[in-house]
Amino acid sequence: MVAPSLPTRTGGTAGRPVRLALRQLARRPAAAFGLVVVAGFLLLALIGPLVAPYGANEQIFADARQPPSARHLFGTDRLGRDVFSRVLLGTRDIFALAGAGTLLAVISGTTIGLFSGYAGGWVDEIIMRFFDSLLAIPALLLALLLLGTIGPSRNSVLLVILIVYTPIVARVVRSVVLGVKNLGFVEAARTQGERLPSILFREILPSVLPALAVEGALRFSYAIFLVASLGFLGVGVQPPSPDWGLMVSEARQNVQQTPWALYFPAGAIALLVIGVNLLADGLRRLLQGQER
Amino acid sequence: MTTEPVLEIADLTVAYRQGEQWLPAVRDFSLRFAPGETVGLVGESGSGKSTIALSVMRYLPQARVIRGAIVFQGRDLLALDAEKMRAVWGNDLALVPQDPLSALNPSMRAGEQIAEGLRLHLNLSRDESERRALSLLEMVGLPDPARAAASFPHQLSGGMQQRIMIAMALSTEPALLVLDEPTTALDVTTQAAILDLFRDLIRQRDTATLYVTHNLGVVSQLCDRVAVLYAGELVEEAPARALFDQPLHPYTRGLIDSVPRLRPGPRAAGLQAIPGQIPPLGQRPPACVYADRCPLAIAICHKERPPRDTPEPGRAVRCHRWPEIQAGEVSAGFDAEVAQRAPVTAPSEPLLDLESVSVQFADRRSLLDVVRKRPARPVHAVRDVDLQLGRQQTLGLVGESGSGKTTLARAIIGLQEIHSGEMTLLGARLPSGLAERPLELLKQVQIVFQNPEEALNPFRTVGQTLRRPLMRLRGLSRREADAAVARLLADARLPESYARRLPGELSGGEKQRVALARAFAAHPALLLADEPVSSLDVSVQASILNLLGRLQAEHESSVLFISHNLAVVAHIADQIAVIYAGELMEVASTEALLQPPFHPYTEALLAAVPRLDPDDQPPPIRLEGEVTGQAAVRHGCPFHPRCPRFLGEICVQQRPPWQVTEQGDRIFCHIPLETLQAEQRAIFPTLVEEEK
Repeated sequence: MVAPSLPTRTGGTAGRPVRLALRQLARRPAAAFGLVVVAGFLLLALIGPLVAPYGANEQIFADARQPPSARHLFGTDRLGRDVFSRVLLGTRDIFALAGAGTLLAVISGTTIGLFSGYAGGWVDEIIMRFFDSLLAIPALLLALLLLGTIGPSRNSVLLVILIVYTPIVARVVRSVVLGVKNLGFVEAARTQGERLPSILFREILPSVLPALAVEGALRFSYAIFLVASLGFLGVGVQPPSPDWGLMVSEARQNVQQTPWALYFPAGAIALLVIGVNLLADGLRRLLQGQER
Repeated sequence: MTTEPVLEIADLTVAYRQGEQWLPAVRDFSLRFAPGETVGLVGESGSGKSTIALSVMRYLPQARVIRGAIVFQGRDLLALDAEKMRAVWGNDLALVPQDPLSALNPSMRAGEQIAEGLRLHLNLSRDESERRALSLLEMVGLPDPARAAASFPHQLSGGMQQRIMIAMALSTEPALLVLDEPTTALDVTTQAAILDLFRDLIRQRDTATLYVTHNLGVVSQLCDRVAVLYAGELVEEAPARALFDQPLHPYTRGLIDSVPRLRPGPRAAGLQAIPGQIPPLGQRPPACVYADRCPLAIAICHKERPPRDTPEPGRAVRCHRWPEIQAGEVSAGFDAEVAQRAPVTAPSEPLLDLESVSVQFADRRSLLDVVRKRPARPVHAVRDVDLQLGRQQTLGLVGESGSGKTTLARAIIGLQEIHSGEMTLLGARLPSGLAERPLELLKQVQIVFQNPEEALNPFRTVGQTLRRPLMRLRGLSRREADAAVARLLADARLPESYARRLPGELSGGEKQRVALARAFAAHPALLLADEPVSSLDVSVQASILNLLGRLQAEHESSVLFISHNLAVVAHIADQIAVIYAGELMEVASTEALLQPPFHPYTEALLAAVPRLDPDDQPPPIRLEGEVTGQAAVRHGCPFHPRCPRFLGEICVQQRPPWQVTEQGDRIFCHIPLETLQAEQRAIFPTLVEEEK
């Protein structure tokens, strides 16, 4: 009997490449480093609240402006908050915000890119020219413009990431679709009466996934940066959230007295962005090197 | 051989790295070349023939020579350092590769590319080298050498590019020329012209030639001796004529038998295919490499490696049983798979009716054109095609690339909108374009594409791919569909376990079997087969053609079979339509089409097919150039710019009439049928003989 064995086997083949990919990534030093960094931060984001020695906004006046020590690993800031705890607790925030924003942008960009590329003609022309005009504006400027109109909040930051990164993802997806849509298997599906969603998501999407994984990872690293930048500029996440960008901004005013309150969140941003970037690069070599 | 060989390859073993091991792709290969001799190296893909060609060129970046020697003019090439090798390359040793476009420098004019080599190797001055380049271009038969010399490669057609490669290869009068499938990427008509050129140029020189190809017809036409390669081993070597007259190795026999012959008359028999495929590197049997596929294999063949025997001077064979084969005691022929499909010669109930169908591509208008209100200038891809296809019939559609045959198929299946005309399927109007066709109609027409590599979704298993049409077009439930998938695979002669495989785990032939199974899944009334075997090896090609015939019989479908290869079409089709520049030139039953009178274009196509028997080759009728732009010919006959039987003004000014012969052969030509018949009978004696 073929019937019962089919789905399980399909599940099996889907699981195996992931493990294989991880093993291959681990073989490249740069990608392995990226993988470890990202995995480490992800772990911190998950268990952060359990291990943080202090609360994010817990003020210990007696310990204010302490340099790093055994008691306060990263020292304390002007208000006596533990920098280590704040960086730790901020990890979840930045992952959640940048991650959710990226995910939304990838979903909308993929859907639009698939449709636009497959439809072609005027539809494609209009969508892509509109996106081009969005892309012509620098991401940060666009973000500031949007936040200026809708006001700063976590949801606004999500919306900004969605709007800023959808066009880029859509472009990448569309370029793959253009190469795939006239291949035999897509045309065969058309002649067998498959409906549009089935053609887009069942036939074409799998071919897009490798490029999408790389692009998603890259967008994620930019999103982290964007969230931090917006926090720093004071138009993103609002105080007293333990947002890394916000922390950098606050510590900047007292950089003479409490430089550690600036170095550690800034270092965290840099480390995570670099880690995600290296991982994305490793992923690109792995997936697209295999394809060609 | 009395003369000193130009090249002697001795016990060459070349390996490729796979993981931690080096696996031999070529094993103990030996071959000698006398001066001026043309030796064909034949084998299927994966046989190691390109590895040998590149070893001779000493260009093997990924491989390692385990042992052996390549002695060229007394020097062992494998031992030369790079400096000395550079003097050999270009001067004494030259290569013509398969794909000229990737071998030529795209940013350099053709003439300069040749001249550069001349300056480097022959120390000619700039003026001299340019003059010599021009004369070389003239020698290789380019109609306007000065223009070709001043062109960039992409501005030239494939045939012209290959001529430039040949000019470059011959420019230094090398002692050995390596031709690696030089005509495989070309049209049959262009291939024929290039083969003529090789015959004229190479054979009159003292150049020894290694001709690597999978095409036995080409070998028979061009080569003095043939070496047959299988899984990296030389299985047989013989003078060309002897090899085709009496092959001693079962593999050679299998290869020869799987080539479709060009002969008139209906045939019910299938082609003889060699079952199985070349074992991949690392899984090659240590005894006889062919034993697993050989119909004559006996116990010893699986135990002991056959020695290289010399049945007669100049012949070599690696087979335990050649004496029996030579004595005629056993035959290595396979039983031809019997195609269950009887030829449908009598006109049957019509299934598909095309009435003056035209397809136009609008060329893109620039913004300036829009502003100036210049109308879009349409390109006629298909023009006024009238064609009927009966139930269970097979109609072959033949033409060069660019002739519009694929466009016509795409119009029938609805992937291409038609511009005018009427299509009727099963008595009802067939709307143009997929969007207007209900599922019931979609089900009736299915297609198999040329390239099996892109016919299947690489991310979906064979089972998932086959299940879709069953559920979508036949309305089966998932459970029923899965059961039907098993049946489809069995019908396509594939194991049931293949349902769980991804296309990447299948060979080209297996992919095409799955594509056929998918197309027949819906029980279509009409199957469009667009060059389904063109990218496959001959032995695989035969089995796919047989499968197509059987599935067609089982499903009682009609087939529109598109190919540029007249021999393949003649083998499979009941009716043949010849198309040129989007217009039909000749339509007839296969039998009538293969006998004079022919349309001059059909005649040229027939003359271009390389025959297995050198005596069978009709004198060359060669077409210059390529399918011309349709826009150029508005009134007259579209074929007139290339027609070898061009009459004069009438062909340019007036559209030809459709002339009909007694056998019902329709010919679109001004020349009276009697004239064509009389002249062509004299040229094609062999085809006529078999007619009796």
